[in-house]
Amino acid sequence: MKLSALHQSYLNRRSNSFRSPTSVDSSVDGSGKSLIALFWLILHCLCCLISLLLGFRFSRLVFFFLFSTSSTTTNLYSAPFRPDLPVKHLDVHTLGRRLDPGAATNNFTVASTTKSSRVVVGRHGIRIRPWPHPNPVEVMKAHQIIERVQKEQKSVFGVKRSKMVIAVTPTYVRTFQALHLNGVMHSLMLVPYDLVWVIVEAGGATNETASIIAKSGIRTIHVGIDQRMPNTWEDRSKLEVFMRLQALRVVKEEKLDGVVMFADDSNMHSMEFFDEIQNVKWFGTVSVGILAHSGNAEEMVLSMDKRKEMEKEAEEESSLLPVQGPACNSTDQLVGWHIFNTLPYAGKSAVYIDDVAAVLPQKLEWSGFVLNSRLLWEEAENKPEWVKDFGSLNENEGLESPLSLLKDPSMVEPLGSCGRQVLLWWLRVEARADSKFPPGWIIDPPLEITVAAKRTPWPDVPPEPPTKKKDQMPLSQGDNTVVVIPKQQQHSTKIRKPKRRSKRNKHEPKLTDTTQVSSSSSKRQERN
Amino acid sequence: MKLWSWVLIFIVCNLTFSTISAFRLSRSQPTERISGSAGDVLEDDPVGRLKVFVYELPSKYNKKILQKDPRCLNHMFAAEIYMQRFLLSSPVRTLNPEEADWFYVPVYTTCDLTPNGLPLPFKSPRMMRSAIQLIASNWPYWNRTEGADHFFVVPHDFGACFHYQEEKAIGRGILTLLQRATLVQTFGQRNHVCLKEGSITVPPYAPPQKMQSHLIPEKTPRSIFVYFRGLFYDVGNDPEGGYYARGARAAVWENFKDNPLFDISTEHPTTYYEDMQRAIFCLCPLGWAPWSPRLVEAVIFGCIPVIIADDIVLPFADAIPWEEIGVFVDEKDVPYLDTILTSIPPEVILRKQRLLANPSMKQAMLFPQPAQPGDAFHQVLNGLARKLPHEKSVYLRPGEKLLNWTAGPVADLKPW
Repeated sequence: MKLSALHQSYLNRRSNSFRSPTSVDSSVDGSGKSLIALFWLILHCLCCLISLLLGFRFSRLVFFFLFSTSSTTTNLYSAPFRPDLPVKHLDVHTLGRRLDPGAATNNFTVASTTKSSRVVVGRHGIRIRPWPHPNPVEVMKAHQIIERVQKEQKSVFGVKRSKMVIAVTPTYVRTFQALHLNGVMHSLMLVPYDLVWVIVEAGGATNETASIIAKSGIRTIHVGIDQRMPNTWEDRSKLEVFMRLQALRVVKEEKLDGVVMFADDSNMHSMEFFDEIQNVKWFGTVSVGILAHSGNAEEMVLSMDKRKEMEKEAEEESSLLPVQGPACNSTDQLVGWHIFNTLPYAGKSAVYIDDVAAVLPQKLEWSGFVLNSRLLWEEAENKPEWVKDFGSLNENEGLESPLSLLKDPSMVEPLGSCGRQVLLWWLRVEARADSKFPPGWIIDPPLEITVAAKRTPWPDVPPEPPTKKKDQMPLSQGDNTVVVIPKQQQHSTKIRKPKRRSKRNKHEPKLTDTTQVSSSSSKRQERN
Repeated sequence: MKLWSWVLIFIVCNLTFSTISAFRLSRSQPTERISGSAGDVLEDDPVGRLKVFVYELPSKYNKKILQKDPRCLNHMFAAEIYMQRFLLSSPVRTLNPEEADWFYVPVYTTCDLTPNGLPLPFKSPRMMRSAIQLIASNWPYWNRTEGADHFFVVPHDFGACFHYQEEKAIGRGILTLLQRATLVQTFGQRNHVCLKEGSITVPPYAPPQKMQSHLIPEKTPRSIFVYFRGLFYDVGNDPEGGYYARGARAAVWENFKDNPLFDISTEHPTTYYEDMQRAIFCLCPLGWAPWSPRLVEAVIFGCIPVIIADDIVLPFADAIPWEEIGVFVDEKDVPYLDTILTSIPPEVILRKQRLLANPSMKQAMLFPQPAQPGDAFHQVLNGLARKLPHEKSVYLRPGEKLLNWTAGPVADLKPW
């Protein structure tokens, strides 16, 4: 910062006289004092010589013990007072009353010398407490203080009356469902406002999904629809739209009052998103960051390079994250939408869910829109005229985007400082359709057979030289003992094994490998 | 009966107004009224309470120096320049010295910069002396009071001691010719040679435009507990530590470098101002001198200043109740800083933040151009106005001489 840079260079110019023994000149007046000056000079030289011999700064110790004051406590870490320069000042400042004021050889102050500062000029010790590390009790207290301050900030600058957040999530049972759903669930658990989570599941409401969402502790409405999720991205998004409309129907029937947001299970939300949507009056939109990712990283890089070649002038596009969201003019009024540019991916996008290609978002993702749940009710006061009646919508027509719910899309409110803030991110990653995963991601009963991995994290040990065979012998003889341990290892959790391995020296791992295999084979033999 | 009812109504009205003023709710954070030992004086208007006469010195004392090095306008000692500019166009200025209460001598003593941008104080005593000789010989007002109704702005490290090293500054003491004048300076330490009684302590200059341009929305949650950026050891001048900052900064580093609550380092981030606005406490330890612009920055950005400098006198100490706004930690208590800060009750912390949010508090720390009501210029004038009327002893009898014009080091007596 400017100050420290200034100060640092400022002090670089300080002369060497800062520490030189000729400092006595500056503080001494009159010719009669030259003898004293000479005396100090000689004394200083003597001390320097002694220090040279002894190896530490001897003069300091002497003066420390002679002139130590209350400000030097037992907690001192570094060297004691430096005597040369400030001794005289030391005298007047700290031992003011003891010395004869007339002996003060410098005209310090016009005021009386009895008024002395308790601050001493000169070298001080650097105080370090006995255990200079964080104290967990203090850390907890500090976090409570931070929480209190933030609560106060929220109450002052945030919304006065918070609305309930209604999260709508379409989902279905698949390998990555637990991954995605847990992510959304934890985000929703952190939301400081009232929350209702409406989960619509394709293929019927299953126990798997129910068990995941039961861990959340928030109010959930779990709805199932009978159709199964199709295998192509396009059909999937169509079904998701249908599922979302089902959820909105539920909101309408239950007369839930709040802000509806679409939390697709593979999206990532920032907490500021939930703060921002509290500001919506009827229908709002936010910017969504699009992380269009293909399974094949090389192809991605290639396409990036091609794009760079083609659009060297428009440098922004190749490096910035594509964002879907409202576009505003300079007076912060909505004039249109930014949508994802699908041209670079033409023909190379994923069609099937397990394709190794870029998965592209829709023109306008539902997750970028939020609406006041009163728009869905049959009768709500002050319902604006530019909203179509939700009850009379025919969903078989297919809704392209949430804007189809409105008659006049220009009345949409742009949120997040007119789309400048990206508050959530879209990413679609799915495993192969036929991939297997343990139900509920619980491995029960525990696996019995453990096979050493081909690649261990530690380097392969070269074969031992023949002289060391003697050492090996007792170990191989102690096969029984060694065999016993792997048995125990099998019962213990996986975490313990590498620890035990690392405790032994380098020779051991190879041995345990072989003994393990032999033990398992011996085990089989025993069973047989 | 009628009288009683009127009295009752009067009392009730007074009570309601006083309670309303205690908690001003505005668009932004609720603030609290600030009242120091001088009363609620931050919003006082000095116009009409005093008259200042500005001496017209030859431009070699001010304009030419500035022309030689325009960097003086941006460094932390720029208060002397802006003070003159403010006074020249202020309504308190009078062109008639007979009716003036205070006399201002515009001499830029802190504008002799090294290539690095730091001021050298070696010529300053001579420059000051030469200026005083000029005004003493051309106008009768100096000799009338020997400078007791004159004021000077000396924003250097140790004020009018005109040296950057503390020992040498103490050795020199305040310039003899300024013994009776009022000094407006940034340095303040109780019972120190270089702070004379009756001085007005001002904050160091911090560029208001630059700070305003780095403001972030107030609703950004404050998530950093303690924040500090700066040197802990001055390796160039004090490699072993113990001299710089009297060992206090080094103690902060050694005790808290691995503490997650303390965001302290020597790096210079580009988001320095933004980070301060996300912190609850900002450390303001002493360096080579006890004052620093960090205090100003902490106040502007709403971060509670933690002042680690024994016996320091903070700006406008009679108008601003610093004890209620900041946290004072003795240098010997630095190893226990985390305990001290976490043991402050949350209500006290919230109150300090409310006091800091008071716009008059922030205004009082700034030197904006053009001047705005309640800013540091006006606080200086308020301070001068509070010292009026001058005592009788200020005016000397004819022929009486109190100052010794030949005192001080021989080198200072050379003409400039």
